[in-house]
Amino acid sequence: MTGTITKDGSEIPLLEAEKLTKIFGTLKACDGIDLKIGTGEIHALLGENGAGKSTLVKMLFGALQPTSGDIAWKGERFTVTSPAMGRSLGIGMVFQHFSLFDALTAAENIALSLDEKSPLDTIATRAREIGQTYGLPVDPDALVGDLSVGERQRIEIIRCLLQNPDLIILDEPTSVLTPQEADLLFVTLERLRSEGKSILYISHRLEEVRRLCDRATVLRHGKVVGQCDPRTQTAASLARMMVGNDIHVIERLPAEWTDRIPLVEVNGLSQRPRGPFSVALHDISLSINGGEILGIAGVAGNGQGELFEAISGEVLQERPHVVRIRGTDAGRIGISARRRLGAAFVPEERLGHGAVPDMSLTNNLLLSRHSTDRKMFLTGGVLKLVSESSLASAAKRIVTQMDVRKSAENPDASALSGGNLQKFLIGRELDRNPSVIVVNQPTWGVDAGAAAHIRQALVDLARSGSAVIVISQDLDELFEISDRIAAMVHGRLSESVPIEAMTMERVGLMMGGADATAGAA
Amino acid sequence: MMRIEIVKRPQHSALFSALSPFIALFLTLIAGAILFSILGKNPISALYSYFVEPLTEVWSIHELLVKAAPLILIAVGLSVCFLSNNWNIGAEGQFIAGGIAGSILPVVFPDFQGWYVLPIMLLLGMAGGMAYATIPAFLKVRFNTNEILTSLMLVYVAQLFLDWLVRGPWRNPQGYNFPETVQFSDSAILPAIWPDSGRAHWGFALAIIAAVVVWFMLSRTLNGFEIKVLGRSSRAGRFAGFSAGRLTFFAFLVSGALAGLAGIAEVSGAVGQLRTSISPGYGFTAIIVAFLGRLNPLGIIAAGLVLALSYLGGEAAQISLGISEKSARIFQGIILFFVLASDSLIYYRIRIVSRLSDTALKGA
Amino acid sequence: MTMFEAILLTVATAATPLLIAALGELVVERSGVLNLGVEGMMVMGAVTGFAVAQYTGSAWLGMFAAILAGAAFSLLFGFLTLTLITNQVATGLALTLLGLGASAMIGESFVGLPGVRMDSLYIQGLTDIPYVGKVLFGQDPIFYISILLTIGVAWFLFRTRAGLTLRAVGDNHTSAHALGVPVVRIRYLAVIFGGACAGLAGAQLSLVYVPQWVENMTSGRGWIALALVVFASWRPWRILAGAYLFGAVTIGQLHAQALGIGVPSQFMSSLPYLATIIVLVLISRNKRLTLMNTPTSLGKPFVPDR
Repeated sequence: MTGTITKDGSEIPLLEAEKLTKIFGTLKACDGIDLKIGTGEIHALLGENGAGKSTLVKMLFGALQPTSGDIAWKGERFTVTSPAMGRSLGIGMVFQHFSLFDALTAAENIALSLDEKSPLDTIATRAREIGQTYGLPVDPDALVGDLSVGERQRIEIIRCLLQNPDLIILDEPTSVLTPQEADLLFVTLERLRSEGKSILYISHRLEEVRRLCDRATVLRHGKVVGQCDPRTQTAASLARMMVGNDIHVIERLPAEWTDRIPLVEVNGLSQRPRGPFSVALHDISLSINGGEILGIAGVAGNGQGELFEAISGEVLQERPHVVRIRGTDAGRIGISARRRLGAAFVPEERLGHGAVPDMSLTNNLLLSRHSTDRKMFLTGGVLKLVSESSLASAAKRIVTQMDVRKSAENPDASALSGGNLQKFLIGRELDRNPSVIVVNQPTWGVDAGAAAHIRQALVDLARSGSAVIVISQDLDELFEISDRIAAMVHGRLSESVPIEAMTMERVGLMMGGADATAGAA
Repeated sequence: MMRIEIVKRPQHSALFSALSPFIALFLTLIAGAILFSILGKNPISALYSYFVEPLTEVWSIHELLVKAAPLILIAVGLSVCFLSNNWNIGAEGQFIAGGIAGSILPVVFPDFQGWYVLPIMLLLGMAGGMAYATIPAFLKVRFNTNEILTSLMLVYVAQLFLDWLVRGPWRNPQGYNFPETVQFSDSAILPAIWPDSGRAHWGFALAIIAAVVVWFMLSRTLNGFEIKVLGRSSRAGRFAGFSAGRLTFFAFLVSGALAGLAGIAEVSGAVGQLRTSISPGYGFTAIIVAFLGRLNPLGIIAAGLVLALSYLGGEAAQISLGISEKSARIFQGIILFFVLASDSLIYYRIRIVSRLSDTALKGA
Repeated sequence: MTMFEAILLTVATAATPLLIAALGELVVERSGVLNLGVEGMMVMGAVTGFAVAQYTGSAWLGMFAAILAGAAFSLLFGFLTLTLITNQVATGLALTLLGLGASAMIGESFVGLPGVRMDSLYIQGLTDIPYVGKVLFGQDPIFYISILLTIGVAWFLFRTRAGLTLRAVGDNHTSAHALGVPVVRIRYLAVIFGGACAGLAGAQLSLVYVPQWVENMTSGRGWIALALVVFASWRPWRILAGAYLFGAVTIGQLHAQALGIGVPSQFMSSLPYLATIIVLVLISRNKRLTLMNTPTSLGKPFVPDR
């Protein structure tokens, strides 16, 4: 299938966007963006969180309408009014947060995005065929909710390929894969390129962009700030283009093992799945001392959230010694009591778990501190009156400490950007000087500046003698800050490996469940 | 072609939080005027006799307080439920349960008299409402059963039970077979506040006290904070260390107690005996009161007076205009619709967009 | 006609309104919308059906008017919850309260009037077949509609592309929107269908079940229909089974009252309500299973980004 080359050949780009602009309220998400994608090229779209990548792509695909600007497809101007129209032109999209339906089967999911009406059996057969051709095995009858993240991505890609597109847009495809799975994906993508298809590849992982892509367009604050051939660039030069200045390098002194008392111990934690699509935990054990950072790697949906809730006490254990915090059996006590033992927790989901979206920052401060800082924030004895003034001064302290940017004195949590809210939520816990902190995906969706700030704060906390557990999908982050790394797969946790002995390849194998013998430490 | 576009505000609007009940009332008046015109009445004079006339006479203001008392009491309890995301819509049943439990003393032991009778009756009424509200709370916490449906089903059961009581075992033997209990003795009657001018009873004072206490609890204490957190996000509530199950019991117990208190206050203060029907749907109208008061107990006092006025207005309109008093229930339903619609202005920006020109007219 | 036949017929008559209303609500909930206004739409259907049949003398016209009334009334709910994104629970309650109030006022002049009864089917020969004739070929038209509706809804949801899309919208409206599925339009259609069904169910009450108008004549049937949807774990055939189970309970307690078994009639009358509670408890005990069956975006607000 190389039917996209027109008479004029390479003269006309497959897709050309001119001065695309999208304004949400007062925010210019995309500001006069020019983009050219040639036939048979893998084109990288680089940019930080919030640079406007997703908005741009949604406009190309027809999920959003541009405020102004033009899109030309194979030399002709088009207004892409809907995803269906995008599909019929030949633009396919693989979403970052998959647009799949848990309660439907793989084949039904695929059927939904095909505009022609074929029977499900036919679709299932074709899905199997395409899967075989491109090395993407799937079971069309499986319920999507039961599948792993990697399998879901395969369904998304197959769904896209079945529409026989000329341009495939992939949004952060490797963020949910192990390094080995990512390698397999690259083989598939290179094969598609050799068939003359074009790929718009969105990523912030610079190494893979350098390896895979022919051209790159870099966005910052909604504007194009550079175009280049990534193969001629270094990761550092690409990063500079993305961020606009040099990235803060985390200062990390070697850990000093003065006291080797474990502050958190998990002993043989097993747990049945709690919801329809949640993950069971199997015999998880870990131990972490003061002064160190334990990184827990893993592809999303392998039980990280469940492990977090078991350690935090949002879900209780049957036996008390399964979770021990600072030497106390804590398996049967709730999250407030665990906090009083000196532990602090920052969950993955910010809005709706770590914070109540439509409540003010001071109220959200009280959310996790009402029990540990009762004397500070509550007055009136048994009446437990909330002291707004002390909440306000504590919130102010955190805002200064963590450099939280906000538009009002005491805004709702939902009014803060992802990075600023995360800085506030981490600062809320650090403000207590916890001796244990467990953080799930500390910098997910956070811009580079805020991410560096957060990572440095966690390292500093560890070096001051606290135990820090970081659960993250971002391997670069884990390598940057951890002293030891373990990996979660299918609800099991591997033995941890000291950072000195760890390699990308090894952690990839551990995340894939293949490295059963990794447990040297 | 016009199209309505909704955009979520990043920050909820304090302005519209305050304005929305007034917008709703204003829209209701307009809708009412249209309704009266359709019925062939002069809308201005109809609205006058509906919403102003009842306020021009003292006895009628007493009646307003009589009707507002149960509405406010129940709605204050419901605000605790609704804020904590517990959909107790069976207040009518808890009201009846309170009326029945509180009447045990004057009906079964009419000779038992003294100053202590009334306090015991009120406490029993609260206990009855609480006990009845515990059922849906228990089923929700223990068996994960939808409280909307169970609490509502229990309303029908309570109504039938009351019907059986006053036709059967509790019927007044000297009552010529009317389905009524004996008239309560004086010591079992909740007295009027100003007996010289009308029949407003102390139930209204209890309602104000309840509203102020619950307002204080909701706005100043950790308990109130817990209610609001769990109501908005159960997961964040769990993260905060709050127990949703415990709070479900708390919310149902508070609202059951207040509905039960309303029930016995109505029976003892306004009716003076148990009958087959002791409520013109107060338990349901209180849902409207709670929302019109924006789930704020102080707002609920005002909203309770407005809805009480609609009952009186319905009666007045029937007498002076020949419109069915059932029109009051239409008004009540319409108010709730407009309240809910206006409330969305708090969280969303609403724009009316013309499809042809695609220029946005910025609406309210 | 044997006793058995007679009981079967009355059970069917008692089950039909529950079945129709619950099927409508099933489609609404499968699209991710929780409309608690079934009782209100049903009672509006009942009063409209009665009124139009009175004025025109035609039960059929009454029925069609009731369907339209239910659909129109549901649009009110749709506009608030889908366009203005109001809370679905509260808006559904509002719809019920308004429906009960409005129908009481509209129907005030009809109280006590004899109504127009919809004729039952009669096919020479077939209806006279002993034992099964009356049950299969001698019932009222709305009974047959309810059976066709069950088949139709089951076929639509699980055998058609449109049904697949509807289920997808109910499962994850964000994903559906990303794929270009018109989420809000589909939900509007589902809500209107639910309203039409509730209206039809109401018409059955005032044109077939008890051909007259009584205030609040739905007496909780709309709520029981809502419970049936949960009981049936959102599956059409189980709704049929559930509706007949409730029909049997209703008729059983009436027969027991007639036989005078010594239990006060009020206690017998409360049986359907108590049965609803018990059934709900039994079905929702397993939290994981309930979560699995519930449409994931049920009751959640959807704001499309533009």
